[in-house]
Amino acid sequence: MVNYQKRLDRTFAALVDPTRRAILAQLERKDSASISDLAKPFAIKLPAVMKHLDVLADAGLITRAKSGRTVTVRLRPLPMREAMAWLRRYERFWLERLDGLAAYAEGQETEARSKGQ
Amino acid sequence: MISVSLVRHIRARPAIVFDAVTTAEGIAHWWGPDTGPVLLSESDPRVGGRFRVRFRMLDGTEHESSGEFVEIVRPNHVVMSWRWKGGLEDPGESRIEIRLRSIPEGTELTFTHAQLDNEETRRSHEAGWIGSLDKLEGYFATATRASAQ
Repeated sequence: MVNYQKRLDRTFAALVDPTRRAILAQLERKDSASISDLAKPFAIKLPAVMKHLDVLADAGLITRAKSGRTVTVRLRPLPMREAMAWLRRYERFWLERLDGLAAYAEGQETEARSKGQ
Repeated sequence: MISVSLVRHIRARPAIVFDAVTTAEGIAHWWGPDTGPVLLSESDPRVGGRFRVRFRMLDGTEHESSGEFVEIVRPNHVVMSWRWKGGLEDPGESRIEIRLRSIPEGTELTFTHAQLDNEETRRSHEAGWIGSLDKLEGYFATATRASAQ
């Protein structure tokens, strides 16, 4: 459970940065990309891109495979799925609760009005 | 760090919604009965006061959550810490914030459940990583609408 929590935190921390999100968006469009491909749209130097890739790899959001001189980067969707599952679970949980709250409060309102309050 | 945010219009005045959210009697009513009965409901709605609610799900499992009122301004605003007892879901403390605004039909309720309440991470959220979640969503097999701020 604690590991799960830590993984979620890492996933979302990785996603906070706009450059990293843009890298993920690029990877979403392509099946895979080289590091220099990924760096092209950004006005930052290659080492800075490498650092972002390190963060994404640590969060398990990408994989890197080296063949010869080229490093191929791919998106790894599992951590995102976990993050989405957290959001989905709580969204459903609270949507149901708020339905109950609304029904109860609306009943109370009707009752108050019938008493002329 | 992660948060779920929901907005809902309720045909009742803010004071009534506020009391439904913060009093033991109110909580006992709306935490059930869809998913099973509320077994226990306690609340001391003032800053530093605690609440506790225990309920049984239809599958027979019992769950308890509790927390402390951090901010409470009747009838507009309540912030509370929140945690599950027994660690069914993720352990650790999270934060619930409820804002109530008077609208012609009654109340607009904005509900936020944040996993962490650190101000800096919250600002980062507002800067909009959820936009990218939406974009990346297309990648995944299960389509869903996750709302977060």
